[in-house]
Amino acid sequence: MPIEVNGKSFETDEEGYLANINDWEPGVAEVMSKEDDLELTDEHWDIINYLREYYEEYQIAPAVRVLTKAVGKKFGKDKGNSKYLYGLFPYGPAKQACRYAGLPKPTGCV
Amino acid sequence: MSETIKQFLYLNRKAPYGTIYAWESLEVVLIGAAFDQDVSLAFVDDGVYQLTKGQDTAGIGMKNFSPTYAALGDYEVKKIFVEKESLEERGLSLDDLQHLVWEDEDDDYAEKDSIKLVSRDEMAAIMDGADVVFSF
Amino acid sequence: MSTLHTVNKSPFEKTSLDACLAHATAGSNVLLIEDGVYAATKGTAVEQRVKQALDSVKLYVLGPDLVARGLSDDRVIDGISVVDYAGFVDLAAENDKVQAWL
Repeated sequence: MPIEVNGKSFETDEEGYLANINDWEPGVAEVMSKEDDLELTDEHWDIINYLREYYEEYQIAPAVRVLTKAVGKKFGKDKGNSKYLYGLFPYGPAKQACRYAGLPKPTGCV
Repeated sequence: MSETIKQFLYLNRKAPYGTIYAWESLEVVLIGAAFDQDVSLAFVDDGVYQLTKGQDTAGIGMKNFSPTYAALGDYEVKKIFVEKESLEERGLSLDDLQHLVWEDEDDDYAEKDSIKLVSRDEMAAIMDGADVVFSF
Repeated sequence: MSTLHTVNKSPFEKTSLDACLAHATAGSNVLLIEDGVYAATKGTAVEQRVKQALDSVKLYVLGPDLVARGLSDDRVIDGISVVDYAGFVDLAAENDKVQAWL
């Protein structure tokens, strides 16, 4: 089912991930988070933007373990743990944050 | 929980893009990296072509997965063995390959080389020493 | 009767190139595509075989397949012409038939 963002319609797969990563715009994350009753804060955007940068550079979505370590290094040791990330993204940082970021489901994530 | 650490060797012998083996291997390595085993990658025969730098697949309409090799360090894959003879038979040298590194957390995140050039004899010993070999 | 032969396998893994060169008659055109493009590069173990073939057949290599594999034009053996997809189509049209060596 497609997702409606600012009057545009973007295709998604059966799990709600964007079909085409190039369709992404910030509004995609806004609409998806609203459906999950989640309000996006700057802390959420830090992760979403980081995921997009990671994908841009390596062409994959990072595994949770890799993301956790990288967040600790980039945003401070106190944030480099799964408790912090699950606090932001209760459905799982990789699954939920990657979806908001327009990335495909992380490799190895079931 | 078992504490047994096994030595896993991923043996890569195919060129990228012509067949799906190279990408499949990379995916399995990334998934397998979650299991805290001792992982090594071996690039032999046409497998060395996977690591050439400057790959640009825009013209053939396929996903360029060569940037993903640079993520291997993040996945704790620090041992990438490239066979010297295989490079030479193909008119290549180490300079033609990507420079892959991993960050050593215990050494102030210093970047260390992941790729090690080995002779055919050394490669044979590496294969011999592995507990499990995954072939692609 | 002119033929365009295409080879899409690496010369280090399959015998497709050897078989092609052994059967391509003088004046034929041979186009290296996909993993076949590795045969067009300098300094390889098959370079002499490929250079010898240039005496009797015309050799081409598909540029986009070279670029995808990180191989620049300056790595291509002298005498082999780099063509794009339009050149591939032209070759196919100019020859009476296309014979693929898989």
